[in-house]
Amino acid sequence: MSDEIKPVDNAPEFAVSRDMVRRGIMVAPFLLLVSGVIWGTEGVSGSAYGLAIVLVNFILAAGIITITAPRSLALLMGAVMVGYVVRLGLMFIAVLPVRHAGWISIPSLCATMLVTHLGLLVWELRHVSMSLAYPGLKPKKSSPFKLR
Amino acid sequence: MEALVQVSRLVSELNAADAKAANAAIGAGFAYGLAAIGPGVGIGFVVGKAIEAMARQPESAGMVRTTMFLGIAFTEALALIGFVVFILLGL
Repeated sequence: MSDEIKPVDNAPEFAVSRDMVRRGIMVAPFLLLVSGVIWGTEGVSGSAYGLAIVLVNFILAAGIITITAPRSLALLMGAVMVGYVVRLGLMFIAVLPVRHAGWISIPSLCATMLVTHLGLLVWELRHVSMSLAYPGLKPKKSSPFKLR
Repeated sequence: MEALVQVSRLVSELNAADAKAANAAIGAGFAYGLAAIGPGVGIGFVVGKAIEAMARQPESAGMVRTTMFLGIAFTEALALIGFVVFILLGL
């Protein structure tokens, strides 16, 4: 194993998105269960699809910032703005083929997208504010970053 | 504007059910388009200010990037609401 530090290791937004994906996977069974109770098997598939869209969206957003921020601030600005449009387009493309599919419930897809997106963000915000500057993760005893 | 007049003329020639579906589709398109404008402006503002902060104090870039990412994600929730309305109305 090499000691080389990859840019991703130092990227705070990537740590935040990784944390959110981990929490999203943690709450997925509960979400699927609730959707299954309300909308049946179509609800479960719709909910799983919505959750996947939201998590991939978070990873893409963080990946764009992680890749462009160390290179140039102007590139960061452009990439975030173009990335926003591209991600909206990708979400549209992801939903387009399943909009009339019988195996998916569109209300469960929509509800999961909204609830997961906002829920994970609020959950993450709590941890970011708890650890002050450093993202997503509670500071450990061995952490070099001391709380003041 | 001309296109809108043509669309409304076409819609007026349809029967009631088709006109309702056409209006829903047009409304959904407007909902998504208009809902994407606000977050676009908001994200531009968030990133612009974050870049300003990083340029002034490069040592605080980590904290600024974290806050910027969360700001972008929160702002994008508005576009997501528009997207959901678009799906439910007329996709």
